[in-house]
Amino acid sequence: MTQQGVRWSADQVLALAPDAASRKAGSKLGAAGPWSEAGSSDEGAVWGLCKGSGSKPYQTVVDLADAAGPAYKCSCPSRKFPCKHALGLLLLWAGEDGAVPPGEAPDWAEQWMAGRRQRAEQKRSTPSADSPSGSGDPEAARRRAERRAARVTAGASELEQRLADLLRGGLAGAEQAGYGLWEETAARMVDAQAPGLAARVRELGAIPSSGPGWPVRLLEESALLHLLDQGWLHREQLPDDLAAAVRTRIGLPGTADGPPLRDRWLVLAQYDTADARLTTRRIWLYGTDSDRTALLLSYGAAGRAPELALPVGLTLDAEVSAYPGAGQQRAALGEQFAPPAPATARPPGVTTAEAAARYGEALRDDPWLDSVPVTLDRVIPTPDGDSWQLADADEDSALPLTPSARSRPGLWRLVALSGGAPVKVFGECGHRGFTPLAAWPEATGEAVQLC
Amino acid sequence: MNRTSAPVDAPAPGVWEELVTTALLGTERRTPPGGAPGREAPLALLDAAAVETVRRRAGLRPAKAAARPEPVAEDHRPALPAAAARRLALLLADRPGTSGGRRGTAPDLMELLPQWLASANARGFAAPPQAVPALLDAARGRTDLRPAALKFAGPRAMWLARLNPDWRFALRATPGGGTALPHPEDTERIRVLWDEGLFAERVALLSALRAREPAAARELLATTWSTERAEDRLMFLDSLRTGLGPQDEPFLEQALSDRSRNVRATAAELLSALPGSALAARMAVRATACIAVDHTLDSPTIAVEAPPECDASMERDGVVAKPPAGRGERSWWLGQLVEATPLGTWSARLGGRTPREIVALPVADDWQSDLHAAWCRAAVRQRDPEWSRTLLGTPSAPEAGGPGAVSLAERAKLLATLDAAERADWVAGFIAAHGLSEAFQLLGVCAVPWSEPLGRAVIDALDIARDAGSYPWSFSGVMGLAERCLDPAEAGRLNGLLAIPDESEDASPGAGGYWAEAFQRLVTTLRLRRTMAEELEPE
Repeated sequence: MTQQGVRWSADQVLALAPDAASRKAGSKLGAAGPWSEAGSSDEGAVWGLCKGSGSKPYQTVVDLADAAGPAYKCSCPSRKFPCKHALGLLLLWAGEDGAVPPGEAPDWAEQWMAGRRQRAEQKRSTPSADSPSGSGDPEAARRRAERRAARVTAGASELEQRLADLLRGGLAGAEQAGYGLWEETAARMVDAQAPGLAARVRELGAIPSSGPGWPVRLLEESALLHLLDQGWLHREQLPDDLAAAVRTRIGLPGTADGPPLRDRWLVLAQYDTADARLTTRRIWLYGTDSDRTALLLSYGAAGRAPELALPVGLTLDAEVSAYPGAGQQRAALGEQFAPPAPATARPPGVTTAEAAARYGEALRDDPWLDSVPVTLDRVIPTPDGDSWQLADADEDSALPLTPSARSRPGLWRLVALSGGAPVKVFGECGHRGFTPLAAWPEATGEAVQLC
Repeated sequence: MNRTSAPVDAPAPGVWEELVTTALLGTERRTPPGGAPGREAPLALLDAAAVETVRRRAGLRPAKAAARPEPVAEDHRPALPAAAARRLALLLADRPGTSGGRRGTAPDLMELLPQWLASANARGFAAPPQAVPALLDAARGRTDLRPAALKFAGPRAMWLARLNPDWRFALRATPGGGTALPHPEDTERIRVLWDEGLFAERVALLSALRAREPAAARELLATTWSTERAEDRLMFLDSLRTGLGPQDEPFLEQALSDRSRNVRATAAELLSALPGSALAARMAVRATACIAVDHTLDSPTIAVEAPPECDASMERDGVVAKPPAGRGERSWWLGQLVEATPLGTWSARLGGRTPREIVALPVADDWQSDLHAAWCRAAVRQRDPEWSRTLLGTPSAPEAGGPGAVSLAERAKLLATLDAAERADWVAGFIAAHGLSEAFQLLGVCAVPWSEPLGRAVIDALDIARDAGSYPWSFSGVMGLAERCLDPAEAGRLNGLLAIPDESEDASPGAGGYWAEAFQRLVTTLRLRRTMAEELEPE
């Protein structure tokens, strides 16, 4: 939190929007018209008064310097987060036309900022305050963990029985059995406190209706679920790293207790996936000095955006701590030392063959892994029948795009960016293919978001 | 990834297929291969399948690359300044149709896109490659945006349109799929394209050639004229409008004997726009026979004797014999004769009078409106500013219809023949005298940004309308135009209008607040337009 933060681009601001409607509403407010008394401070705060439909304007303030991404406060009644006023204010600020001059924060904004600083101080001085059981009783914690392990074991055994029944009767019957059976099994796994198993069971139920080739996919996923059950039931015999992977996949809580790694982290991509219960946000970071790739996950209840949001294309000077497990990309964002800054750094890339090999190697540590983050160098998006692939510019090999990547508008941004010329592409590479998330033109130029 | 080529070190290629078959049928019906002794059959199958699944995934290799697309032609235009590129992203993010209800004080970004594209094109910037898909999507939904959007998007748009069926329209808009029309010197390729091209390609070729070399285009058309279909002849003939000149007369004169009535009519119309043409002279002879100054009355008066019949020679010259329902045939014929007569004829015919004196002459027997309306059409067709000016009259004239009952649509056309400054002054005068309720169509023909007098007239009229106590949405059309067309430099003039005025007794309830909001939006939009223009200035 040093100097006046570097202004973001409109794209980066709009990436914070919780949904398309807010994006639109926010961009309408990104002009001087409704705003008055707007300003920004050296500490990374932006504030302003926005005239709404009522007589009293809304007080909007954003803190950009927080370790966990921007924080927002607005006196409007919206439950969207950030609300359109916060987005509009940031757009105005990003617009550089002098509508948000540096200045002294008014009282109402200063109070909120001061409150936040105070809470942050308290949190820092009592670091263990947020660990759930506290230092209370390690014996009790151990007993709780044992009870839960026993429940998971019972669940895994029951699931093994279900899978055996499935294979005994044949997968062909699964098409008729329908979704209900799996839904019930998933509920049993939730009862067994194994959310990872529950999610996999639910996905299993959706496979028979997922189009041609479903028996192969159903056998693959059943076998991997079986592998996970067996991994749990025999976890004492596994190497530590693999055992950690099993615990994560089962859905047991872990803490990011790896040593904090301070670096300039380039925000490569941010995207949300949602199901009926949960919105999951994935943010990929690349450490420009450490050459590490890290994944931040955050969750929001159904229909609400997760709180953590970072500006794609900027770098954060911050600490990141890894979750346990050798093949683990997941990490938690720790302290942030300066506001996000623009960067010209790009992750180094590999060929398509190396990318495929990297996925294969990662399966050693975590056989349940669907994909690994990879940056491809000099690839050309190439039409291949009804589908697309990323073809090496200098070799005769290519990675096909995943079915979901084919139907996204990001595909066309990628194709347009390339125009038949080689580009650098970051994305997820796995057994379903490659999902592009960000791309850079061959020569100079900013990263283009594809998700 | 390549599923078809099995992993190199697979123990036996058939193992996985065998496992899938067994799994489909069930272990009750089929015994799985191998399997550890003493293990339940379904679990043994799952064990083997798990090993195979991980093995297959770990052994994945890239597929063979398909044929790479041809790279897009290089775009030599300079890249947009960074701020302008961000602005474009914002304008394109504001898609219409999703928001309902009142606009409030926020500018309508989508409405500013056409203007932004025009400025960017005028400065010769290239579109950021990644913005081209959004530009194509925007142009897909709005045909009026297409020419500017496609020009700005450049060769990349054509390149993309060939890959995505959603954007096929771009290929139609620039025939030949943007593969560029033949070079004017390349007569061989022009010949081939003209003889073998699709209709749209041929129209585009002819129009492009006509714009560069009018004579060459006409000669090209003449080579195949007799073998073209009637509809095609009509379209091709129409493209001669560009660069029309006396050299075209022989060709057009010949087209007057065409088999198709529509082709004949178009040829006649084109010829009548050439004051020196034989057709124009023939029409002048016919028209002057019908119109004369009658000196027997107290004051000189124009006497009209409409043509008694429409003979074959008149029909050949494009006169339509049958009037539309409700019109007398003689006045119908007269109108067509006068319309096609060179306006220069009248001064000599009517005693050396100037157009102003001629229009001021009384007309006998209620022929005035017919005669003046025909002169209006003639002034528009022959693009004659002096007659247009005369027929428009003074903008403040009290009769809303103006001389000869000129309709607003006709006035807009007459205005279009004047130069931009004169046009703006006339409309400014009209608004000052008659207010805004009739002004929308006239404002549409004025050059953007509006001149200072015109802008001031519009703002004053809006101010008056507000004081009169009506609601602003009665003027939403003019407001929308003002947002797009007022000179951004006028924003300062509006500051006095932003406050909510005290409500007078006869005002509509709450109107003051809505007016303040509408003016705020106007000012915001003007400021935004100024910023947009500044962003496009090269750094």
